[in-house]
Amino acid sequence: MAEYLVLIYENEAEYAKGDQGVFDEVMKAHNDFGSTHGASLRGGNALQPTSTATSIRGTRTDSVTVTDGPFAETKEALGGYYLIEAPDLDAAIEIAKQVPAKFGGVEVRPVMVFD
Amino acid sequence: MRVTRDLDLAEECAQDAFARALAAWPVDGVPDRPGAWLTTVARRRALDVLRREAALRRALPMLVVDEVEPDPAAAVASEDEVIADDRLRLVFTCAHPALNPDAQVALTLRLLCGVTTAEIAKAFLVAEPTMAARITRAKKKIAVARIPYRVPDAAQLPERLDAVLTVVHLLFTVGHTAPSGPDLVRGDLVERALDLARMLRQLLPADPEVAGLLALLELTHARRATRTDDSGRLLLLDEQDRSRWDHGAIAAAVLLVRESLRARPPGRFALQAAIAAVHGEASSYADTDWREIVALYGVLLARWPSPVVALNRAVAVGLASGPEAGLAELEPLGSEPALATYAYLPAARADFLRRLGRYDEAATAYAEAALLTDNDVERAFLRGRYDEVKTASGR
Repeated sequence: MAEYLVLIYENEAEYAKGDQGVFDEVMKAHNDFGSTHGASLRGGNALQPTSTATSIRGTRTDSVTVTDGPFAETKEALGGYYLIEAPDLDAAIEIAKQVPAKFGGVEVRPVMVFD
Repeated sequence: MRVTRDLDLAEECAQDAFARALAAWPVDGVPDRPGAWLTTVARRRALDVLRREAALRRALPMLVVDEVEPDPAAAVASEDEVIADDRLRLVFTCAHPALNPDAQVALTLRLLCGVTTAEIAKAFLVAEPTMAARITRAKKKIAVARIPYRVPDAAQLPERLDAVLTVVHLLFTVGHTAPSGPDLVRGDLVERALDLARMLRQLLPADPEVAGLLALLELTHARRATRTDDSGRLLLLDEQDRSRWDHGAIAAAVLLVRESLRARPPGRFALQAAIAAVHGEASSYADTDWREIVALYGVLLARWPSPVVALNRAVAVGLASGPEAGLAELEPLGSEPALATYAYLPAARADFLRRLGRYDEAATAYAEAALLTDNDVERAFLRGRYDEVKTASGR
């Protein structure tokens, strides 16, 4: 078995202009996903929008800069993630295909293992 | 592959088996099933290496292999069946959609055909270190992301098989009309693609799209002797000596086409093969059933819309209903961004204009097409036509 991080990238503007109906629909989709794939889930969170992000460059140096905003400005921003366990990439992709991402998509990354 | 469970070793062994084949076959003759022979040699070689380097192997990244349940039936499975299973698994690993498309092609050539990295680099016109890096990256991703070594289950098979067939088709296309360089055809790539298509047909005998792809390649390949004249000049379909087509291969491929068209709805390779079959069975260019070809392109276009298919359909319309109708069909394609640098569009327009006697416009279109192609043989053809219409317009 291996762990994969499923990163959810979506267009935040769609959520910003979405009403309660959109919010309810997405919440329900995530709850459904959680109950169907609970056995494979190792963690997951939704993130506050990038307008709340702070970026810090030059960490552990003498020239640290702290700036407002996300690390990279993109149309589709990281908005949440699931950490899943799967036997191989095909199995991980099958789970990732079920992750709600109404306004974007997901990226699947193997978690690095140090031995 | 299941023997070694490691891509690098499998790669060396595949290459080694090819080297032995080159040495043994001219002396002993080509075995009945060269593919199986190669895998057997590669397996034996792998076992040799494994015994010697068992300790080293543990340090290398392993492929994800399904734990095999002890199955009483498997115990009596013949060596041939095991080989077939292994090759099929390897096909699906190499053409996995999570790999870069160029890398899929390169890995397939490297691992299934034993082609050296240097040869692959040459075929795709990139520097050898670039190709080596591409292959290394892909192998690393297979190991790290755990791309499995497995035939996909029934639910995923159609989509994944389509990726495999696309790789084989691309290989054939690149070989058939070399994108650039002095020769029209890169014969070794064509042969490899045909080997792979025949192998897939053996491994998946009931699949209609596999039959369709094999038929398409065989039908195109059956015309190979007539595509250029003795001096290397490109000959179009209407100029080719049909008596020199491989009619045995065409007849066999037509049976495959019928089989592949039984799928409802027919797949894209089955439809393209059906088009090639109409050409293959026509006794002359004039006798070609152009209306049937227009109809087949229409079906293809409806399900897989593509500017290139639209262009082919427009050309067929011109041949079925006259150059005026063809020009009208080409007209809207002129604003298609995907065709903006595609030499066949001005070449098709030039041909219809020439047939209509509009020589000045034809000359402009031929000149444009000649600028856009990188293939020397095609360019020479287009320049020849340009000179012809220039002379005609001066009269």
